[in-house]
Amino acid sequence: MSETRTPVLKITDLGIDFGGLTAVNDLSLCVYDKEIYGLIGPNGAGKTTVFNMLTKVYQPSRGTIELCGQSTEKMNTIEVNKAGIARTFQNIRLFMNMSVLDNVKTGLHNDISYSVFESIFRLPRFGKQEKDADAKAMELLKIFGLEEKADLIAGNLPYGEQRRLEIARALATSPKLLLLDEPAAGMNPQETEDLMKTIRFVRDHFGIAILLIEHDMKLVMGICERITVLNFGMMLAEGTPDEIVNNPEVVKAYLGE
Amino acid sequence: MFSPKRRGRTVSLLIVILAYVILQAMIMSGNLSRLLISLLVPVCAYIVAALGLNLNVGFSGELNLGQAGFMSIGAFTSVILAGILNANGITGIPVLILCILAGAAMAAAVGWLISVPVLKLQGDYLAIVTLAFGQIIMSLINNLYCGIDSKGLHFAFVTNTIELAEGGKMLISGPMGATGVSTVSTFTAGFILVVLTLLIVYNLIDSRSGRAITAARDNRIAAESIGISISRTKTLAFVISSCLGGAAGALYALNYSSFVATKFDFNSSILLLVYVVLGGLGNMSGTIISTAVLVVLPEMLRFLQNYRMLIYAVVLIVIMLVSNNEFLKTKAEQLKKKLSANRKKGAAENV
Amino acid sequence: MAFLSYLISGLGLGSVYAIIALGYSMVYGIAKMLNFAHGDIIMAGAFAAFFAMTAAGMPLIVAALISMAVCTLLGVTIERLAYKPLRNASSLSVLITAIGVSYFLQNAAQLLFGSDTKIFPAVLSGSFSLFSGALSVSYLSVVTIVICLVIMGGLTLFINKTKTGKAMRACSEDKGAAVLMGINVNRIISITFAIGSGLAAIAAILLCATYPSVYPTLGSMPGIRAFTAAVFGGIGSIPGAFLGGLLLGVIETMAKAYISTQLSDAIVFAVLIIVLLIRPTGLLGRKVSVKV
Repeated sequence: MSETRTPVLKITDLGIDFGGLTAVNDLSLCVYDKEIYGLIGPNGAGKTTVFNMLTKVYQPSRGTIELCGQSTEKMNTIEVNKAGIARTFQNIRLFMNMSVLDNVKTGLHNDISYSVFESIFRLPRFGKQEKDADAKAMELLKIFGLEEKADLIAGNLPYGEQRRLEIARALATSPKLLLLDEPAAGMNPQETEDLMKTIRFVRDHFGIAILLIEHDMKLVMGICERITVLNFGMMLAEGTPDEIVNNPEVVKAYLGE
Repeated sequence: MFSPKRRGRTVSLLIVILAYVILQAMIMSGNLSRLLISLLVPVCAYIVAALGLNLNVGFSGELNLGQAGFMSIGAFTSVILAGILNANGITGIPVLILCILAGAAMAAAVGWLISVPVLKLQGDYLAIVTLAFGQIIMSLINNLYCGIDSKGLHFAFVTNTIELAEGGKMLISGPMGATGVSTVSTFTAGFILVVLTLLIVYNLIDSRSGRAITAARDNRIAAESIGISISRTKTLAFVISSCLGGAAGALYALNYSSFVATKFDFNSSILLLVYVVLGGLGNMSGTIISTAVLVVLPEMLRFLQNYRMLIYAVVLIVIMLVSNNEFLKTKAEQLKKKLSANRKKGAAENV
Repeated sequence: MAFLSYLISGLGLGSVYAIIALGYSMVYGIAKMLNFAHGDIIMAGAFAAFFAMTAAGMPLIVAALISMAVCTLLGVTIERLAYKPLRNASSLSVLITAIGVSYFLQNAAQLLFGSDTKIFPAVLSGSFSLFSGALSVSYLSVVTIVICLVIMGGLTLFINKTKTGKAMRACSEDKGAAVLMGINVNRIISITFAIGSGLAAIAAILLCATYPSVYPTLGSMPGIRAFTAAVFGGIGSIPGAFLGGLLLGVIETMAKAYISTQLSDAIVFAVLIIVLLIRPTGLLGRKVSVKV
């Protein structure tokens, strides 16, 4: 049934070596339109490395990545983002000295087109576009329940709110595919519950595909439509949450013999 | 009433306007010493250069040890242009305006060229390359000869081979520096330049580019992940900083009838950096105050004769030690929190 | 032949730069700070040796030892008073403090000794000829090069073989981990400043033997040069400082001889820029990467 949907991200035989060490090998997966896809695996399995290859922090050694049918081989991090991939980070990377609102507005960087000259001399286009950016950023903050905190400094937010702000900032770049690296890390069960709702809402509201790395199995099994399990850089299993839970290989990798 | 961003801008502008009004009143009533009057234009020039540098060091977060080099480019460009304009019978304020524009443009152009290699490096390596470029600029200008006569401009390098026609005049004579500059800079012009600089810097910071510059400093990897080109934003900050340095140099140059290239040496670059750090990284009002105080202070300490630079050095060290003292820092934080709590309380009562 | 003679005097000058750069680089490697006052320690060393030789009439060796003692004491004192309180401060604050210390030393020297130039007594003058008189080599160049090699060898042994040396390397890798291993980081930093300053005294005497004038701002230019040399080789790296110093000395001498004396400064810095463009962390520096 999923074959009738259009693929947003298509990874084929992806691999990367660091020196002599193969960190990820022969990874193939396909994330379809409006799909929430989970990438799980034990620590050190290479999940974040996959994200780093998708966003070109690392250049893959082998294989191809296609975003909506377009190869990202020649792109750098910035071009990949412009092409439609946005991400969050495992260790939160906000602009800690900027306000919450400005963090999101920074995500709107490529959405704003006035020139340096226009901003220095405060020409009309500057005012209009800044106003639009403010409105868009506030709208995003509202989705994540941060609108009251717009003027606070990002570094002063509690952990859970920082994670949500990072997602809002990523969404500001109008991605086609959102990569979430352990979005629920450090959250309490209630916050995780809310986050699951928010992730679903984001998918429905923006109509985008979401690929997420997560250790919280409740979250993964609760919202992901399909899951790929990585172990030692290799694909261990792929399937729906039910299939994954019942896969003996996966159980072995997680719990040991 | 004001958003926090606006507050910084308003305070800076108020400080500058107030200082201008008071100083003008003092000049008119004859209450300002000759020495202080002579320092007004240089102080304005250093403020402009330091504000530019703060954009580079404070906002972009790159250590720049070559800002004096850009002042030098602005200064000597304006000397040549002023020579041409004077030869064509143009004098006064138009010369000043054109020279400041030309100095700024030239420094920006050189800054842009230099930024390509400079911004490939990081941290202390980047700092030393700015130092190196500053030294190269100084060394090249120190060997530059330029004269003007009825046939136009003549240039020579290292050895002076210029033979001027009757009525010609040397503008730059290598190590002897610029000579016979027509002094057209005024305090009012300096004041206007400072105000313009503040507007430029604040408008830039509070815009798409300013956010990108701060983002690139705070977290390079995150900035790239949302589609911001680090090299472009760093270049922008560097070029605007150079450009303001050039404008400052032009203002400075047209205040003196003669000056030498070694005036803008490594020490001047370092001094500009000191103004910025003492004023506070990213703090424009602080930069203005610290620049004014630190330029005037050594002159005011003249009565201490030989001890003045020693005291200056001690003051510098003590300020750094005190401002980084952990105990005093926590005390200051507590005080700040108390104050803002009081303010909030006051605001709540007003509602 | 002329080339060979320039090369030797270039290596001589480069050896002086290398000795100063070693001090710069060691301090950078361990305290992670650009010690802009390092050049002024050289000045202090030069004055100490000058007065020991002229006022007290001591022989060169004794004067050198006194100068080393003065510099070591000065270096350690400066570190204690000015840099130690700033261990956790931003690198810019430390940089500005170092600049303050530099101004302080220069102006203190000016107050104490006057701003006039004093003539350093001639030491190690004379030269010998090679290739039946075609090549004249000054004793000073040879002595300087030999001293530099000895220092370099000694320092390498010290860093690699002794317990203190190993502790130094540990501090330069990771101060936090070094503390956990029971290393007294403050003591190691003091020792580093002591060694660096002692080396500055040796450099001071060699420098004054080449250019025999002593004045309060004597250290600025060699200081910047040595800083450049340290970056050239990869700041924090001891072999890098050595290599950088030698190369810088040779380039400067060659530029003066074959291109232009006035432009030698510009040429040296241009070469530095080119080197850094090809190797962004200097010739022997290490690349640091960030984990995402």
